[in-house]
Amino acid sequence: MDWTYWLFLLLKMVIVLGWALLMVPLLIYMERKVLADFQARIGPNRVGPVGILQPIADGIKLLLKEDLLPAKADKYVHFLAPLVAVVPAFLALSVVPFGPITHKETGTGYFVTHVNVGLLFILGLGSLNVYAITLAGWASNNKYSLMGGIRSSAQMISYELSMGLALIPVLMIAGSLDLVRIVENLGVAKGEGLSRLLLTVPLTISFVIYCICGVAETNRAPFDFPEAESELVAGFHTEYSSMRFALFFLSEYVNMITVCALATTLFLGGWKFPFVPETGPFPLLVFLAKVMIGLYGYMWMRATWPRLRYDRLMKLGWTRLLPIALANIILTGILMIAFQ
Amino acid sequence: MTYFSSVEGSLFLITALVAVVSAVMVITQRNPVYSALFLVLTFCALAVLYLLLGAQFIAMVQVIVYAGAIMVLFLFVIMLLNLDRPLETQSKLKHQRLVAGVLAAVLLVEMIYLLHRGLPTTGTQPSPPRNFGTVEEVARVLFRDFVLAFEVTSIVLLIGMIGVIVLAKRHLDEKKAAAPERILSPLRKE
Amino acid sequence: MPEYLRPYLPIFVFFLLVFGFGAVNLLLSWMLGPKKPNPKKLSPYECGITPIGDARHRYPIRFYIIAMLFILFDIEAIFLYPWAVYYKQLGLYGLVEMLIFLGILLLGYVYLWKRGAFEWE
Repeated sequence: MDWTYWLFLLLKMVIVLGWALLMVPLLIYMERKVLADFQARIGPNRVGPVGILQPIADGIKLLLKEDLLPAKADKYVHFLAPLVAVVPAFLALSVVPFGPITHKETGTGYFVTHVNVGLLFILGLGSLNVYAITLAGWASNNKYSLMGGIRSSAQMISYELSMGLALIPVLMIAGSLDLVRIVENLGVAKGEGLSRLLLTVPLTISFVIYCICGVAETNRAPFDFPEAESELVAGFHTEYSSMRFALFFLSEYVNMITVCALATTLFLGGWKFPFVPETGPFPLLVFLAKVMIGLYGYMWMRATWPRLRYDRLMKLGWTRLLPIALANIILTGILMIAFQ
Repeated sequence: MTYFSSVEGSLFLITALVAVVSAVMVITQRNPVYSALFLVLTFCALAVLYLLLGAQFIAMVQVIVYAGAIMVLFLFVIMLLNLDRPLETQSKLKHQRLVAGVLAAVLLVEMIYLLHRGLPTTGTQPSPPRNFGTVEEVARVLFRDFVLAFEVTSIVLLIGMIGVIVLAKRHLDEKKAAAPERILSPLRKE
Repeated sequence: MPEYLRPYLPIFVFFLLVFGFGAVNLLLSWMLGPKKPNPKKLSPYECGITPIGDARHRYPIRFYIIAMLFILFDIEAIFLYPWAVYYKQLGLYGLVEMLIFLGILLLGYVYLWKRGAFEWE
């Protein structure tokens, strides 16, 4: 525990933070271009070569815009909400395992830290995300905001549940909550031959449920109810402008990154890929590539599916995903006993 | 004084301060939403305190269950019942303050007594076992030694579910009664 | 410092970093942005129509039901995490244990479903 250790750690934190901050404009640009392609449009092409600087320009514009506080709004809570959105979103990145442990004796590797309850830590931060939207909706003194806020907090807590339950089979097989250990254990713990093949069944079901819940948790299409523009104008952030709005936007994209990183870690083998060595930059590249595929999936979904109806959304969560996830846990339990 | 000058000692001091100050804010704020938010902060500070004691799993449970679930219900109730403006009327319970004061005084005396008697005189405390507070250790104790308590919890949760139905009974019955009409409604001319 | 605390310290530092980032951003935009408020600009947005009444209404009881049910099922899920992590060591005993636990909760779930607690119209 000397100062070089801390300096190195601090450097890693800055890199992770900087990576996320660079990813967001990149994702916004990518999303606009991908959506444009899906809809046979051109997309942004004015600022910089092929419009690559558009998100940067948007960011600067947002920074220089007037900070509006609607009349009769609660000024403290209105200010607090974007902070509550952005802090848990970024904090979750601190336990994301981008690669394996490199130094056994100090326990350092391609991540900021890894803890015994890593997965619960991310889920806990996810449960705090509800506050940002609820508070923003309440503080704005706007009917659309409040409706959007309340609706989406009910949506988020409902899907948080199914998401949490969908992760259980992975934990049963990996036998740990530490995200680094999960990646290390999963490949081996599934066993060989028939056991490996059959255990893939519950894991696939889990993966599908996780993906549905992940999209709902981040309030993205086809579950983008908080900002259902045809019904609620812009939902919970109707009354937000300038950097306060930008922080909500930022946290939405960082949450998407976290959801994809978690999917990569728990279901897609993390930094591992057949025939790719686990040294040097390779694990990092594999991990980032997998995350990018997940993020592309997000955009693909947005371009493909129309928004659900709210009653169907709640019904899907409580009467379909929840029992399926529970049955899936039992299935995994039985399979594991059978192959022990 | 060695404990408070160490890293975990100073973290403890900061977190304890946050916990106590926000707990005081919970009862002094006039706006119920602020009170609820300070309670969330108190719970988060408590989670950090658990963490500092080595109870990692409990710390996360504290955040997920108390801050992430129970306080969301609190906020819903405050916001949706339109309680979110300063309460002007005095409480109907007349002697509430007196009773609360007496109880607080008793608690304070008790705490001072216990602290006075039980404070370790030497600086070294017995360190907890190596795996203390990890998920694996909690699971071992809970699912091997305290199985009955675990199973009984499910009955408590079951009672909770029945409680939800009882609370929402009128609403659910009304909806059931209105249901046949709703099925026919597309045929009716509006 | 106790051994168990070591992996958590970076999280505290990261928290300070992230919190600072958010606060600095808000402060910057507050300093850089223009401030020319007027009553029309500050009125809540209702698609161009003059706002009617207060935004804070009473809301349907459905939302409370969902929040209450969430607490109950969340606690159930919390029990599943340590169980899942320790499942290999528990074996068949663990499976039976959890089947009893989930079985009792299933009664409640079926009852809720039958009474229409998940119906959202």
